[in-house]
Amino acid sequence: MKPAAFDYVRAETLDEALEVLRQEGSDARIIAGGQSLMAMLNMRLARPRTLIDIMRLPELARIDAKGDTIVVGAGVRQAALLAWPELGRSLQLVALALPWTGHAQTRSRGTVCGSIAHADPSAELPLVLQALGGEVHLRSAKRRRRVAAREFFAGMMTTVRAEDELIEAVSFPAAQQRCAFREVARRHGDFAIVAAAAVQTAAGVRLAVGGVADMPVARDFPRLEGSALDEALNAFAYELDARDDVHATARYRRDLVRLIGRDLVREVLP
Amino acid sequence: MSRLQAGRRHPVRFSLNGKPCTGEAEPRLLLTDFLRHQIGMTGTHVGCEHGVCGACTVSIDGSPARACLTLAAQVDGCEVRTVESLAPSAGRLGILQAAFKRNHALQCGFCTAGILMSLDCLLRDHPRPDEATIRDFLSGHLCRCTGYAPIIRAALEAAAEMAGDVSRETTHA
Amino acid sequence: MADAAGHLLDHHEAGSTWVGKSIPRVEDASLLSGRGRFIDDLGVRPGTLHAAILRSPHAHADIVSIDISAAKQSPGVVAVLTGEDVTSLTTSLVVGVKAPVECWPIAVGRVRYVGEPVAVIVATDRYLAEDAADLIDVQYRPRPVVCDPLAALSPDAPVLHDGFKGNVASDRTFRYGDPEQAFASAAHRISIDIRYPRNSCTPIETYGVVADYDAGEDAYDVLSNFQGPFSIHAVLSRALRVPGNRLRLRTPPDSGGSFGVKQGVFPYIVLIAAAARAADRPVKWIEDRLEHLTASVSATNRATTLSAAVSDDGRILALDWDQVEDCGAHLRAPEPATLYRMHGNLTGAYDIRHLKVRNRVVVTNKTPTGLNRGFGGPQVYFALERLVQRIAVELNLDPLDVIRRNLVAAGAFPYRTASGALLDSGDYQEAIRRGVVEGGLAALKARRDAARAQGRLYGIGYTAVVEPSVSNMGYITTVLTPAERRKAGPKNGAQATATISIDPVGSVSVHVSSVPQGQGHRTVLSQVVADVFGLTPSDIRVNTELDTTKDAWSIASGNYASRFAPAVAGTAKLAAERIAQRLACIAASQLNTEVDDIAFVAGHVGSKRNPDNKVSFSRLAGLSHWSPGALPDGVGQTIRETVFWTPPELTAPDDADHINSSLCHGFIFDFCGVEIDRVTLQTRIDRYVTMHDCGTILHPAMVDGQIRGGFAQALGAALYEEFAYAPDGSFLTGTFADYLLPTTMEVPDPLILHMQTPSPFTPLGAKGVGEGNCMSTPVCIANAVADALATKDIDLPLVPAKLADIVRGAEPAPPAGRAADTKRTGDRSLRGEGQATVAASAERVWAMLLDPATLQAVIPGCHHVEKLSDTHFRAEVTLGIGPVKGRYRAEVRLSDLDPPHAVTLGGSAEGGLGFGGGEGRITLAPTASGGTSIHYVYEAAIGGKVASIGGRLLDGAARVIIGQFFASLARQAGGAAPNRSRGSFVAKLRRLFGGGR
Repeated sequence: MKPAAFDYVRAETLDEALEVLRQEGSDARIIAGGQSLMAMLNMRLARPRTLIDIMRLPELARIDAKGDTIVVGAGVRQAALLAWPELGRSLQLVALALPWTGHAQTRSRGTVCGSIAHADPSAELPLVLQALGGEVHLRSAKRRRRVAAREFFAGMMTTVRAEDELIEAVSFPAAQQRCAFREVARRHGDFAIVAAAAVQTAAGVRLAVGGVADMPVARDFPRLEGSALDEALNAFAYELDARDDVHATARYRRDLVRLIGRDLVREVLP
Repeated sequence: MSRLQAGRRHPVRFSLNGKPCTGEAEPRLLLTDFLRHQIGMTGTHVGCEHGVCGACTVSIDGSPARACLTLAAQVDGCEVRTVESLAPSAGRLGILQAAFKRNHALQCGFCTAGILMSLDCLLRDHPRPDEATIRDFLSGHLCRCTGYAPIIRAALEAAAEMAGDVSRETTHA
Repeated sequence: MADAAGHLLDHHEAGSTWVGKSIPRVEDASLLSGRGRFIDDLGVRPGTLHAAILRSPHAHADIVSIDISAAKQSPGVVAVLTGEDVTSLTTSLVVGVKAPVECWPIAVGRVRYVGEPVAVIVATDRYLAEDAADLIDVQYRPRPVVCDPLAALSPDAPVLHDGFKGNVASDRTFRYGDPEQAFASAAHRISIDIRYPRNSCTPIETYGVVADYDAGEDAYDVLSNFQGPFSIHAVLSRALRVPGNRLRLRTPPDSGGSFGVKQGVFPYIVLIAAAARAADRPVKWIEDRLEHLTASVSATNRATTLSAAVSDDGRILALDWDQVEDCGAHLRAPEPATLYRMHGNLTGAYDIRHLKVRNRVVVTNKTPTGLNRGFGGPQVYFALERLVQRIAVELNLDPLDVIRRNLVAAGAFPYRTASGALLDSGDYQEAIRRGVVEGGLAALKARRDAARAQGRLYGIGYTAVVEPSVSNMGYITTVLTPAERRKAGPKNGAQATATISIDPVGSVSVHVSSVPQGQGHRTVLSQVVADVFGLTPSDIRVNTELDTTKDAWSIASGNYASRFAPAVAGTAKLAAERIAQRLACIAASQLNTEVDDIAFVAGHVGSKRNPDNKVSFSRLAGLSHWSPGALPDGVGQTIRETVFWTPPELTAPDDADHINSSLCHGFIFDFCGVEIDRVTLQTRIDRYVTMHDCGTILHPAMVDGQIRGGFAQALGAALYEEFAYAPDGSFLTGTFADYLLPTTMEVPDPLILHMQTPSPFTPLGAKGVGEGNCMSTPVCIANAVADALATKDIDLPLVPAKLADIVRGAEPAPPAGRAADTKRTGDRSLRGEGQATVAASAERVWAMLLDPATLQAVIPGCHHVEKLSDTHFRAEVTLGIGPVKGRYRAEVRLSDLDPPHAVTLGGSAEGGLGFGGGEGRITLAPTASGGTSIHYVYEAAIGGKVASIGGRLLDGAARVIIGQFFASLARQAGGAAPNRSRGSFVAKLRRLFGGGR
């Protein structure tokens, strides 16, 4: 269980990394914390020709508060964001969800942007980005663009990032609204069977669910009570097209969407 | 920019247990194999090579990390500490190690190095963790022998001792 | 002098023995400092090569061809072995039943389980060996698969081995007492059907083998973390075609856990030894975790129907067992031992005189089974103790009363069970009484009542279990008929060995052939021997490495069946006492006193009457080296003594199939309170009490360590762990992300209680204790969950989703206009549908579908399309999502052509990451704007590596890839992007391989 051979590029500037991506496209992979990619390399599920290490680029290792937006650079490790003193005040939902991401021993290396780039449908950070309506900052040798979370995720471990692009940063709106997060996994730290986040909105609540569909899905609900809420959640649960696997059934996943969804909605809309 | 070519060995310079260390590694060489078979530090064990069991946990720049999910090339310039660094001197045990011994917190000892390194990092940053914190922190480790309870007890005892609540002579190995 | 041993115990007065104290372990300092010496920590001879193993992705298939030419040319490769090479160098492993069946450590012509070795690649390092493994091209022709043990019995089931009738390797019936009469006259017949799942104790250190072959002496030298039993040595030397004295088998100083599992390394010893012979160099192989989970070894899964004849007051008069044991694809030694280990104990802790048993052993397309902690106990007790709980429910009795009513009476020991076990000692009633009081059962019941009053799902479970230890090496022959046994000769006993040596300066060394994997044998032996010699444990050096060329050993050597404390430690005591007896004679002579007056105290040997009259132990002990001529006549040397000890109680099965399968029988009484969360349906252990009587306790902390460790593994078996297979034999839990071991967050600390009824059959009075909770805990938790949910059918592991229907009844219906989810549970086929709209006409799209050039352009990652006929294409494709990519050889066939309206595409693909097959129906319909609407439905199945390690992601991955095909088709046809189907389809598919780091 050893990786296949690859070249390893230690980028010293962002332009260098982008240039290698421009030349090698999908044969090259960015490695940041490597906490998802390395396991795939070891199992030879992934066999890139070149790895581009972007963790020596100080400009990517920054957390910036720009007005109402918190910009987290591609080099920011999950543990660093969790330890950021402003986190609880500015990004309460991230503060709730991050402790559920892997374990201390993987958060110490894994990056925030890396998790979002990996787009695992059960992962917490893509879910939170989706729930908060954040943006992904993409950059290639030719251009920069920002893509809204709802456009970024395209399916199971699939995003709209082009082969020559890397994620330079992600941004979250700094929000003061009420929010809540809940996750159910077989064991603590496992991939979520269902993870859900709720954020208060002007009209009601946005509920985002991970672990059920091929990607985290957010849905805005008006303020609903009683059976109307239950019906709306039931419809949402079915729309996510849940499936069976060794850890859970589709029905169980829908049950969790209905039950946790109701709890979370009540929590943010008291 | 430095491109390390596949199939060739390249120098890796880093600090290992407080001392400068240089080795050579192909780009794909895992830190586990590098430490164990190139450097000869076999205290770090390999249990799963996909980042779940925690047996290979080492400290990289002060944080616990899976050596099996790390390339040797990635630690160039880093400070790496392994279980071999924990004893104050040959024939003696550090506070945490001694607490493990007192509490029978190991049986086969295969997972132990990783657990010790995680706890060592934890106790450096959080001198007085409670049981819930320790359990959460160690949930990234698998032990198949002990049922964990003695490990938790040992960690709590070591934390108390380090915080000065209890004092013990350095324990002879 | 003959009874000098008795006097040696004199100095133990005043409770001064080391035995019974929780002294620090001698093993710990090195293990805590990174100085352990596990197999992969040891140096190897310069020039040692490294092996990697190519394994089958199929559960059942013929091997059509294996092309190793490219692998042999790969850098660093020295040798590549396939089944043919291995059969030319070795002989089949012996099979434990009388049948014309072969058992090889590598596939020969045919694969029978996912993960079966197909080729061994030997190279200068492991990375290069794995590179070469990727270059081996194996063509398989899949066969029908059977995974379920009951399905394997069906006359139309696919047959794995022609030498077994159907798939039945053994079918025996047994009758003890008069069960028919008991059932006929009983007031009630109460039955339960059980499916016990597959799991394993998965040590954190995997298998390792370093093998060398000396052609000059035709001899093998093997180092392996094998755990015994060393009866396997005979299997190995036979397979390697050398006499036993030309197979030197050694074990490393440390081994990272085993729990039975490292018995299963033995086929790899043959395989790697053969590789070393072929390569003419030493070869090392360290199993990786994927290999371990997929293909090392598993406990058996078992289908059991158990019925009891029961009186109105809950007295069990007879049992009727029907067990179908699933040993996987090959019957590997010592199987079917899992089924027979408990044969003497099929009545558990109960006094039941009438017994009927049918035991069938079947083979299925799963990994072969072998030793695992509990070995047969979990399977038996799950049925028996669930049945006891059912008896209580059906007769409206208290379950604890049913247990009490049936226990073997306290005065009945030694008690012979109906099927022949001799229960050595115990007082089960007293153990339960103390457990109830000290464990706080009354408070727990109050807690349950309070929880239930709040509407919470809370239940209490009980179990009473007899824990057998020290296996009779003859029990496995119970699988043979008495006539077959007579022909083969009797098998019985369980030789334990211990050697005590004293060097010229009088320091004491101990060697035993117990092969520990972390249990602390060295510490306990230092206590036992220090007590005999009046020394301190630190004076005693213990070595537990085993070298079959130099050390005393026998077939029972090794670490299994909880035999250390009762058998091995006791044997070390006997060996030490033999030397002490001689030392006492020498001392009596030197000190001018009688042997009776000699005591071993505090490093001296001296007179009890006159403590000043003494000689130092070391001086006395060295005399045999320095001045043997000065010793009293006839005493003999005190340099080295080896004792072989086998208990006389372990006799061969008799002609009526009575078998005393184990020497000792501890007793366990467990009860627990559990709560099932109404939202997550997770089972939480609120309180767990486990009362043990394991006879004399040698080291209390280690005993508790064994109990806690066994409890944690049993908790895993109850709630989390299963080696799961799909109906097509795909293995679904190939990583630690899918095979879930409990962590610090899941394992509570049980309350451990003890009482000590010494065994009259063992030198120290100790019984085994290592396996009991693996037998008692899964069913105790299951009984509690059954109580909480008032349900009969409890399937382990208790995956929360399984409880949804029980707790919640029918699911809320889908909203109007949406079909209910009709998928069957456990159905792993991937299904989907989608739609794309293109500008081109239906005729144009139709032509494209039949054109290789277009197909090459639209098939995702296609390198090449070859047209074999108008409706048959072959393609080379690279498929994947995110960073996961693999190259596949694909075949596509078109059928049911209805030009230009509809066509069925059937295809299969095979590559390094696995294989897939599926079928899709495409329908073309003209749109109002002159374009074409393409609608497709598909059903696919995926197996191999990617199913084992990425099952969670497969379904979505297939959707992405299939969607991409149609997106490309649409693009090629000048159409619009495909429509999203059911809200989850993939947009912007040409960016498929994007994302991720």
